[in-house]
Amino acid sequence: MATKTYCWAIVDAMREEMERDETVFLIGEDVGAPEGAFGASRGLQKTFGPSRVRDTPISEEIIVGLGVGAAMTGRRPIVEIMFIDFLGLCLDQIANQAAKTHYIYDGMFKMPLVIRTSSAVEMGIGPHHSQSWEAIVGHIPGLKVVMPSTPRDAKGLLKSAIRDNNPVVFIEHIALHRLKEEIEDEELLIPIGKADVKRQGRDVTVVASGLMVARALAAAKTLAKDGIEVEVVDPRTISPIDYDTIVDSVRKTNRALVVTSSHKQFGFGSEVAAEVQERAFFDLDQPVKRLSPPFTPAPFGKQFDDYLNPNTDAIVAAVHELVA
Amino acid sequence: MTQDPLEIYRKMMLIRECEAQLNDAFARNLFPGYIHSYLGQEACAVGVCDGLSDTDTIVSNHRGRGHYVAKGMALKPMVAEMFGKATGICGGRGGEMHAADPAIGVLGGNGIVGGGLPIAAGAALSAQMDGKGAVSVAFFGDGASNNGSFGETLNVAAAWKLPLILVCENNLYAEMTPLARTVGQPDIALRAAGYGLPGEVVDGNDVLAVREAAGRAIGRARAGDGPTLLELKTYRWGGHFEGDPRKYRTREEEAAWKERCPVARYRAVLLDDRGIDEARIADLEAQVAAEVAEAITFALESPLPVAETALTKVFAA
Repeated sequence: MATKTYCWAIVDAMREEMERDETVFLIGEDVGAPEGAFGASRGLQKTFGPSRVRDTPISEEIIVGLGVGAAMTGRRPIVEIMFIDFLGLCLDQIANQAAKTHYIYDGMFKMPLVIRTSSAVEMGIGPHHSQSWEAIVGHIPGLKVVMPSTPRDAKGLLKSAIRDNNPVVFIEHIALHRLKEEIEDEELLIPIGKADVKRQGRDVTVVASGLMVARALAAAKTLAKDGIEVEVVDPRTISPIDYDTIVDSVRKTNRALVVTSSHKQFGFGSEVAAEVQERAFFDLDQPVKRLSPPFTPAPFGKQFDDYLNPNTDAIVAAVHELVA
Repeated sequence: MTQDPLEIYRKMMLIRECEAQLNDAFARNLFPGYIHSYLGQEACAVGVCDGLSDTDTIVSNHRGRGHYVAKGMALKPMVAEMFGKATGICGGRGGEMHAADPAIGVLGGNGIVGGGLPIAAGAALSAQMDGKGAVSVAFFGDGASNNGSFGETLNVAAAWKLPLILVCENNLYAEMTPLARTVGQPDIALRAAGYGLPGEVVDGNDVLAVREAAGRAIGRARAGDGPTLLELKTYRWGGHFEGDPRKYRTREEEAAWKERCPVARYRAVLLDDRGIDEARIADLEAQVAAEVAEAITFALESPLPVAETALTKVFAA
């Protein structure tokens, strides 16, 4: 066992997979000599050389397109789009090309492509660096979308993503990069599409993703003092969602809250709420609640972030409403 | 490269016949969607693909049948794909804008103008990493040259010396808008210099000129000397799709370009310069026409895919 940060867990996952399989390579803005805008490729170019760990121009469409073409011809590219807000510049390659190539061509091509990207919600950087766009990619059939909340999950899911024969959008969160956790030294593969019950509880199910997982766990601790036992489910994979684990939990607790950094409108929380109500309506004692930032862009500055985003107190209050 | 001059003609005629017979089938409402005819551009695909082998890859576009045929795709499954039939090369789910065959290096068409360029760069990157001298070709039109993906692709290809041949078939119309209305200067090949790669304007209706220019570009790419932009000046005989009333140009302009028919031009070369007799050429033409007719019959008689198969193959195992 060794204590690792979320950021180092990502570096380790890529290093291990690049050692294991020479078809794996990494390209993106500042991933080579600068070792990643957030340090998430530290040491990789030194080990694997400038051909396998390459700096690209600031050209998001070609970054993803290079990955698509290389994946169709036998490689396992990891391409980095620095912030998820930049997906608008390469959505054709992601949604029309990567996501549909295996399907359109009747399975003749595999698409073992990982698109690593980062959300910086709540970091005060302003409207073009503060979005949680998992629902945008989650809406596209043929893509897998992963959003780990802990170092261990980040490592195990990234290794699985690299070995997957489908395009995986791997969403990191920069505010989680310094989070630490003990990770086993042995090979760690966490299956894509499996939710994780981060805390067992009998009274309320809180489905929380990304940045919200730690907050849901903190809220659960507070609520336990009042005798309310919260079960925290981290879907980990946004698409395909593990509805079974979520619904099983709700059948036990009869109450559900979904907490996201993304908006309610057409979002992940709404998707989970709708599915839970379709599958387990008669098990619910209350309508499913959603907690999300209001439907506005995020202005520059921490005071706005703190005001707009669900915090631990808001989760505690929402759970109290559900059990009232 | 083939040394048989008749083989080049056979490929051009295969495309010509495919386009003519498919247009006819489409006009009779025998398959859905659109048909984006390649008539008039035959010399482009055949001239370029003549220098490629099965381990070299091409990425095509929405006007892709010429490329598929020139690269050697089997006729029956290709034509059946256009009809959306279960016997099509993609089981009928790709349709008119999407066919592929990894065994011969066809990495697909595209429904998005400009969508294929970055993919071709990715295939070139793979080829460069493999280090076996394979090359990648991107076929696209003048319309795609005004998409951001064009600039991003040229820049990276030049920066990394990718073994990529960028083939712009300039047929003078981006869908229904004349090129002159959307560009500041009409020679797309001139843009290459700004990105640091060689660019060349070629008569796209002269198959031998295309073959020669492509041969040079392919040779450079194989030798590790990087990408080339070829601009093949040609003309789309039909509309953007069949049924397009072509109000944006005159019938006189169309007639003038048909005078420069690439197939007739190469036929004259065979007769006059190569001393091949008329009867041999006529035989070949009849044979090709029959082959295409047989492929169309095969497609027409093939079943449609079962609708429930739409639910399969969203993900690979």
